[in-house]
Amino acid sequence: MASLDVRRSSWLTHLATAGGLVLTALLLSAALWASNDTLRLATDIFLYIALACLWNFLAGYAGLVSVGQQAYVGLGGYGLFALAAKADVPALYALPLLGCMAALLSVPIAKLLFRLRGAYFTIGSWVVAEVFHLGAILIVPLGGGSGMSLPIRAAQALGPTPHDRFVTTYLTALVLLLAVLTMIFVVLRSRMGLALTAIRDNEAAARSNGVNVDRVKLIIYVAAASATAMVGALIFIQKLRISPDAGFSVNDWTALIVFMVVIGGIGTFEGPIVGALIYFLLGETLATLGPVYLIILGAVAIAVMLIEPRGIWGFVRARWGLQLLPLSFLVRPSASKIEK
Amino acid sequence: MPDPLLRVRGVEAFYGDFQALYGVDIEVARGQIVAIIGANGAGKSTLLNSIVGLNPAGRSAISFNGADIGGEPPHQIVRRGLTIVPEGRRLFASLNVEENLLIGAEVKRSGDWTLAKVYELFPVLRERRHTPSRSLSGGQQQMVAIGRALMSNPALLLCDELSLGLAPIVVKGIYGYMKAIVANDVSAVIVEQDIQQALRIADYVYCMLEGRIALHGRAGSLSREAIASAYFGV
Amino acid sequence: MEHLGNAIVQGVLTGGLYAMFAIGLALIFGIMRLVNIAHGDLIVLAAYVALIVTQTLGLNPLLALGIVIPIMAVVGYGLQRGLFNRAMGTDVMPSLLVSFGLSVIIQNGLLMLFSADNKRLQAGALEVASVTLSDTISIGLLPSLQLVLAILVIIGLQFLLYRTAIGRAFRAVSDDPRIAQLMGLNNRHVFGLAMALSCAIVALAGVLLAIRANFDPATGPTRLIFGFEAVIIGGLTSFWGTLAGGIILGVVQSVASSFDPGWQILAGHIAFLIVLAVRPNGLFGRVA
Repeated sequence: MASLDVRRSSWLTHLATAGGLVLTALLLSAALWASNDTLRLATDIFLYIALACLWNFLAGYAGLVSVGQQAYVGLGGYGLFALAAKADVPALYALPLLGCMAALLSVPIAKLLFRLRGAYFTIGSWVVAEVFHLGAILIVPLGGGSGMSLPIRAAQALGPTPHDRFVTTYLTALVLLLAVLTMIFVVLRSRMGLALTAIRDNEAAARSNGVNVDRVKLIIYVAAASATAMVGALIFIQKLRISPDAGFSVNDWTALIVFMVVIGGIGTFEGPIVGALIYFLLGETLATLGPVYLIILGAVAIAVMLIEPRGIWGFVRARWGLQLLPLSFLVRPSASKIEK
Repeated sequence: MPDPLLRVRGVEAFYGDFQALYGVDIEVARGQIVAIIGANGAGKSTLLNSIVGLNPAGRSAISFNGADIGGEPPHQIVRRGLTIVPEGRRLFASLNVEENLLIGAEVKRSGDWTLAKVYELFPVLRERRHTPSRSLSGGQQQMVAIGRALMSNPALLLCDELSLGLAPIVVKGIYGYMKAIVANDVSAVIVEQDIQQALRIADYVYCMLEGRIALHGRAGSLSREAIASAYFGV
Repeated sequence: MEHLGNAIVQGVLTGGLYAMFAIGLALIFGIMRLVNIAHGDLIVLAAYVALIVTQTLGLNPLLALGIVIPIMAVVGYGLQRGLFNRAMGTDVMPSLLVSFGLSVIIQNGLLMLFSADNKRLQAGALEVASVTLSDTISIGLLPSLQLVLAILVIIGLQFLLYRTAIGRAFRAVSDDPRIAQLMGLNNRHVFGLAMALSCAIVALAGVLLAIRANFDPATGPTRLIFGFEAVIIGGLTSFWGTLAGGIILGVVQSVASSFDPGWQILAGHIAFLIVLAVRPNGLFGRVA
């Protein structure tokens, strides 16, 4: 029998790792030389990539197709504004605090939503987001239906000049994105990643082989909720203003993200990043189209789902056997065959 | 010799990387009962699935009544007069006996088989016509499954493991009915693990082993030893 | 307490409308395990179709149903054959994402064609006709019609499912699609007919909604959620349970609204979450 060569790494993963390090260093240095507009755009891109990766973490890996992640984006935004306005908590200290709060809150929500199986979980997640949305409208101290602005002193705490503030948000967003990517990578490489693969292949079989499916899903739901809230907080630091309709918008924080992930490649590590980058490349030219843009994106996402459900990255990976990160195993006939 | 009713030529089937059938050929003449025997996993059910259109097959790999039908969707193959009695009976659980039978008549092929004739063959089903199919005994469920297939007025009936899970006396009764059903215009393919039963009723026998036909011949012409060695591959 | 009595009566009548949102959803889930996220947007689409029909032909909205229902049924059949059939399988994700994409497309398409302005169907005397029961309770003809029509839809569906050949095919395909095709049923066509039926009910619900209240392109998702809540509260076992679920949702919303209009929809969501926490199989479902 021919022996097989099984490994995670290849020259390409090593190259990608080196490239990733260089890119990270380059992005960090941008804080020193980039213009305000560049920093602002880059911050947006980081935050959208983070949202896309987190949604993919939920749907692509844990099978939790949520259309209610805007609940946590809005929660993070409102939480940050409330802490700044009512308790004078500086924005950067508020971030980890918000992450913890969202994690705590997401546990009972998950317990409730997990009672709905499969597709009903999806609509249930939307109901929860609507509860947050309508709840925010009722909270008069936070501006009710018209929302509120970030207090000037809270904005100034990020830096004395606008440029300093852009740099602070940029670096925070970059660190947050790297943390999100690292978290997902570590989980996928761990025993839990193995459990996720088993669940994705066959949930019933995974259960009967002792995988605690509900616990794995709970952990991922809570981790995604926590990180999504922190991303949400940064999004609204950028915007300086929040309202219930903006904070809990299903179009902005779920529909767009879902389309990015589907087009880029659901269930792959790199896919959401590819999808988000494509969105921003086209965004400059197409965003002015308004509703037409969403129609086009929706149609493309549907076409991808029907024709190539693995998305762009899934197609590339299957076609050329590429993977940039050492996540799955590459199996090839060994070069040096062992004699029988 | 006239054209056979069913001709299967060089059929292959795969489950992922696993090859389940390696170029299987069989023929069924009109009015015949053909038995396909073989151990568990020999590929018998896979072969039936290929014939009824559940597995992909090349256009000319399967011809029925003179027409190439390989690759057609299952519901169109039924319309051509080729119906299966599935393994494990698989009645529609939320339908009662009569409704199960009527589903078989959806294809509206002309022929002798009607509700009245099925009830004539299986009088017990008439008594229990409004009973949920679940609450029938195994043997009665098998009668419904056969009746449901007959309601499509098939020219060829494929029977997958009729004896599965039934008491020997019930199996004997069911095969007694098969003799009555098969006539000049109805032929049958019987897939069985119960070799004795299959040899008793069949005109022609194919024995499968690991995805291939290991032995075939007229039922009376095959020796016990030849069958045993083809069955177990020893 | 008098105003509470009125709120309950109005809630019960609104419940009929919610039940109609829910029945179309429950029907396709029951037959083909498909959850159509665009369900609410199809309701709103039906309302806009009715708007065009009534404006161009000068018809009364209820008469326009004779045109809107067939149009929506054809739309439903086409969507199923062209889109959903290709996305359905053991994994629910493709069908969910495809219907989610469709939802966004319908909403933005309507936004382009009709702008974000509120619209409403004019039904003349029907809108205001009512019977006064007491000083505080009066029953509107239109809300009563919603409840009566919901009951008729359920009776009609029961007849269709249990007394006709197509109903038998629906149940057979729902029980075991693999065997159904081996018995000669064309599953794709049967699924298409099921979606056509669902969209016919959607058309009825959409027209009633549009006479009753203002609508705009963004109102779809909330109708989907109301229908979904009615299904889960009712317990997924029978259409009568779904009707009861719709009525409970209507009553909760109506009573909450009588205290503070801001709480109307939120109270319905909270009631749904409480039911999910206390009786996950619904108030009328069997306990698993």
